[in-house]
Amino acid sequence: MFIASGDAVPSFKGFTLIMPAVSVGNVGQLAVDLLISTLNMPRVGYFHTDCLTPMAGNNPYTDAAQLSTSAEVYSHSDLKLAVLQIRTPIIQTKVRSFRKLMVSWIKSSGFLRSVLLSSSHAYHRDDQQLDGTPLRYLLTPSLQKEAAQRVEELGWREMERISAFPGISDSEQRLYIPGGGVTKAFYTDCCTEDISMAVMLIFCSEGDNIPDAFALVNHLNDWLHLLEKPTQGSVQWRVPPSWRLLFGSGIPPLLF
Amino acid sequence: MATFFGEVLSVYSRAVEEDEYDDMTNENEEDEQIRREIEEKRSVDVHWLSQTDGGSVPCSDLIIAVGLNATGFISAYVLSSGDWTAVAWVSLWNERSHGSGRPDTAPGPGEPSCVLYQQKHSPSVLICQCSCYVAEDQQFQWTEKVLGCVQTRDLTVTVLSDCSIAEYKTSDYPSESSVPFLRSLRTSTHTGPVASPALEQPNISTGLAAAVLSHCQVQRIAAVLYQCYSDVLQPDSLSMQTYRAAVSAVLKLDPSPSADVLQKITRVSELQSNLYT
Repeated sequence: MFIASGDAVPSFKGFTLIMPAVSVGNVGQLAVDLLISTLNMPRVGYFHTDCLTPMAGNNPYTDAAQLSTSAEVYSHSDLKLAVLQIRTPIIQTKVRSFRKLMVSWIKSSGFLRSVLLSSSHAYHRDDQQLDGTPLRYLLTPSLQKEAAQRVEELGWREMERISAFPGISDSEQRLYIPGGGVTKAFYTDCCTEDISMAVMLIFCSEGDNIPDAFALVNHLNDWLHLLEKPTQGSVQWRVPPSWRLLFGSGIPPLLF
Repeated sequence: MATFFGEVLSVYSRAVEEDEYDDMTNENEEDEQIRREIEEKRSVDVHWLSQTDGGSVPCSDLIIAVGLNATGFISAYVLSSGDWTAVAWVSLWNERSHGSGRPDTAPGPGEPSCVLYQQKHSPSVLICQCSCYVAEDQQFQWTEKVLGCVQTRDLTVTVLSDCSIAEYKTSDYPSESSVPFLRSLRTSTHTGPVASPALEQPNISTGLAAAVLSHCQVQRIAAVLYQCYSDVLQPDSLSMQTYRAAVSAVLKLDPSPSADVLQKITRVSELQSNLYT
């Protein structure tokens, strides 16, 4: 449930919501970190729920001591942008209630559209998916009208439906997002609930997923223009200080 | 998956395979009933030993101890003075802590448990000693139930927790002489003095301690967490010592801990090493 961190309850009417799916390589979460950090977005509330494993730490975006929890909402009123960051896995038995919670929050907040940043196992790509860019998108029917043309201009590729029984029959096609966590189920929920939602995902493998996060967030920026792209090169994203020591502590001096 | 160094690691994904979700969508009434029953079994409840009027207990300070060193410290330094009485206990069931057989009987002495103690001469201080395992899906509920039974106005929560030094991330390797040490995390509404340096990025706290802290942050309750980083797996008196400064800000501590209790807590680890006996 959303709880405002200040005294006033923020209004998200007409805002765009960006949120990650806890998926392979945590790419969505890393991309969201880049957005919050670069746009210097203030925290406006918490997403306090029993569906996520608890976590507490100091502010991941500055070195100042300010407590952060497992899921928080950040906002940028000029850009009409709200970002939900999820920092811990969803408790397995509560995935369904988490999806329900998200759907009802999106509906009650009056978001113009939502974007789910996600990823999928690269090794599960089939032959048609192996070729070209690793980035894919999905639009719910209610966003189709608004965004379909723009997406076509950008030359994006829609996530392919693959055969349910490859080699036997190609008549039954289904959406398959392995390693995507709630992505597929949440997308299906949004389709049936008539929510304007886009999924943006990247095929990746576990490891150092920072390059994947940059690719995904640049891809998102091509569409939403959150940050001005310089004529030369790409947007300078600000890496938050909490990304330090991603691969462990310093080396023990006794080793040498 | 082979790594750079050639060792073979079992690959696991932080994301759950989606097929599991597919299964859950075609569940029938029976599945739902089983799910409900499991949920019921895993519920957390606070039982009061003395009759209360059902309202929340007035309380100025609540100390919650989680982890071997923290609970050991409470036993040896605080509860041993004899000035404390057990007032309530928390019943829960999960794979690793089966409770006390029946959910309506209080845990016996020495059993892993969650017990709330009250000081006899100043009843506004409560201590919750949690020595049993609280599963991930129960931590949120545990926090709501335990904090729900005390008055949150003017309440200060102090959480004592411990962690292995292996989990501590720092750009310079921690030297042996500095271990064990204490780090703190506090909610925005906690403005009082803190007995240790703040927990640095990118270190975090997880588990029950984090659940309590998150709840307090969201509900604007003043709370501070002291996390002890220790290099000993079993409880040891040196690690317990680190909490002294933190707790003496709330309570008057005995200058010397109870040797008997301390011995009992630390002896458990000695017995396991029987190579030369």
